[in-house]
Amino acid sequence: MSLKRLWAMLHARNLEFFRDRSALGWNFLFPFLIVAGFGIIFGGKDYSEYKVGFFPSQSETVSIKDIDIPSGFKDTRFIKFIGFISFEEGAERLKHHKIDLLVKAGSQSNEYWVSDTSPKGYIVEKLFKASLLPENKNIAEKMEIRGNEIRYIDWLFPGILAMNMMFSALWGVGYVVVRYRKTGVLKRLNATPLTAFEYLTAQILSRIFILMFTLAAVWIGCSLFFSFKVEGSYFDLFLIFLTGSICLSAYGLAIAARGTSEEFTSGVVNFITWPMMFLSEVWFSLEGSSRWVKLIAKLFPLTHMLSAVRKVMNDGASLADVSTELAVLFFMTAISIAVGAALFSWNR
Amino acid sequence: MSMNPLLEIKSLVKKYKEIVAVDNISFSISKGICFGLIGPNGAGKTTTIEMIEDMIPPTSGEILYKGKPRSSLFKQEVGIQFQQTSLLSSLTIRETLNTFKSLYNNPADIEEIIDICNLREIQKRLNDRISGGQKQRLMLALAMINNPELLFLDEPSTGLDPQARRNLWSIVQKIKERGNTIILTTHYMEEAERLCDEIAIMDKGRIIARGTPDQLIKEYCEGVTVILPRNSINIPLSSLPFRFREINGRIEIRTNDINSCLNTLLSENADLTEMTVRSPSLENVFLNLTGKQLRE
Repeated sequence: MSLKRLWAMLHARNLEFFRDRSALGWNFLFPFLIVAGFGIIFGGKDYSEYKVGFFPSQSETVSIKDIDIPSGFKDTRFIKFIGFISFEEGAERLKHHKIDLLVKAGSQSNEYWVSDTSPKGYIVEKLFKASLLPENKNIAEKMEIRGNEIRYIDWLFPGILAMNMMFSALWGVGYVVVRYRKTGVLKRLNATPLTAFEYLTAQILSRIFILMFTLAAVWIGCSLFFSFKVEGSYFDLFLIFLTGSICLSAYGLAIAARGTSEEFTSGVVNFITWPMMFLSEVWFSLEGSSRWVKLIAKLFPLTHMLSAVRKVMNDGASLADVSTELAVLFFMTAISIAVGAALFSWNR
Repeated sequence: MSMNPLLEIKSLVKKYKEIVAVDNISFSISKGICFGLIGPNGAGKTTTIEMIEDMIPPTSGEILYKGKPRSSLFKQEVGIQFQQTSLLSSLTIRETLNTFKSLYNNPADIEEIIDICNLREIQKRLNDRISGGQKQRLMLALAMINNPELLFLDEPSTGLDPQARRNLWSIVQKIKERGNTIILTTHYMEEAERLCDEIAIMDKGRIIARGTPDQLIKEYCEGVTVILPRNSINIPLSSLPFRFREINGRIEIRTNDINSCLNTLLSENADLTEMTVRSPSLENVFLNLTGKQLRE
């Protein structure tokens, strides 16, 4: 292997990436926008989970204290109240699930309407009924969890970064190599003394550099607006992200080993990234999901990477605590590189 | 055949399922010459050259470089310009040359290559923002970046306008003068006649004739064509003692004896002011050999 040739390809690929302003901008902007969006939605004081309509009301937005509905219900957090002029108007919204419950203001018998098929309607109906009962402090004892609270944004943030890493690795290695094969860039390189090993190593190293650079930039950018809590070591986090980026780039390499059809590769990349995005707990936990869903999730590197990152970030775990996840990532990397190298073709 | 050919091709065959793209061809190329493979599209020129370049494997046959099978050093010593390829984008022409230069153990002087290929004025431009002629010159420069002993040029001037084509030819002439051995494929006969020292004509995967351009013309074409406007001859055409044909108001006379032909025309008071004499070309060689035009 020639380090000079490897460096030449690495340098050229990095120049190509950093000079493509639109792609570069999007790589930084995309995760930042998602984190910012969720930060605003979940971090703001106005966030509401349920929407309750009431009538009659002269306007849609009315000050809470002016609404003539039971005070126990009015004071419930995470409910947004929306006023309607008439019952018909409110019922129409309820029918189309635009609100979860409809209440008649000023009603002595506390009349309400709810859709029996709506899960959120069922919950908010329970809340409404409970708010009408006299408060019995002895019915249940509230206990407190000691320790630091994990906010949703702290849980979500590593997921967004890892998801961005996954898209960047699979599209940046998989799709780009297939495009190079189709346009003849690989054929031209094959006419030189450059070996497949040197070329592929340069591709992976270049992508890892780009992924880690993007990760650092997005982390710093997001930290300016949100204060993320990291319970564990930043160095451990860096090592886990690095291991994950190697594994994801190797995945991309295996996808790009053969083929000249960008459309087909695009389909394959989508086929892998979408389930990985939904089943690797980027957005929501799989707690309570069926066994086979959890088993499929275990096949994805993103699942193990995210598990390790969250343990370090949210729970203060050490590298030893996440050694299983790291071992799985190394194993997946080895398999992907072996498949990619065995199948790689310059032309076909 | 030269005593010490740089390249020897023996019984080369390439089959794609039932299709025989290259059908048992053999030839050798001496050091320092420009060897042309000519023929129509689909004749097997590119398949042949890509097998020699080691880009595709032959079905059977032998390829010897400097008397031995090609080793891993082969790619260090040859330069290749493909018919159609792309480059890593967003790099300037100089950066592209530097990147490729780093891939070789003994690269050429990059300044010399830039001058030979007339790239100095555009060296800071991005390689995907240049004209077709400039791109071909860059591709030629990349093929020259390791100062190759053997240079492959696959249809280097296809798609270029006449001026860009002539510009490219003059660069190839300069490369020839440096002593590099060149294998060139083309379907432009003027290009082959101008640049090639030896030519092999291919059709349907086979080599149907081989020699210098002059040898091929002498061997496969006879005589010249004398062309006159119809109204420059005042006697009935049927009384002319030559083979002739009338096309678009012109008379084309085919003759093996130009002196006798001109004497006859002068004796009949023909006006020779607008007369032209056309010598046979490689195109005529191909036409005579295969019964079809090169671009069919």
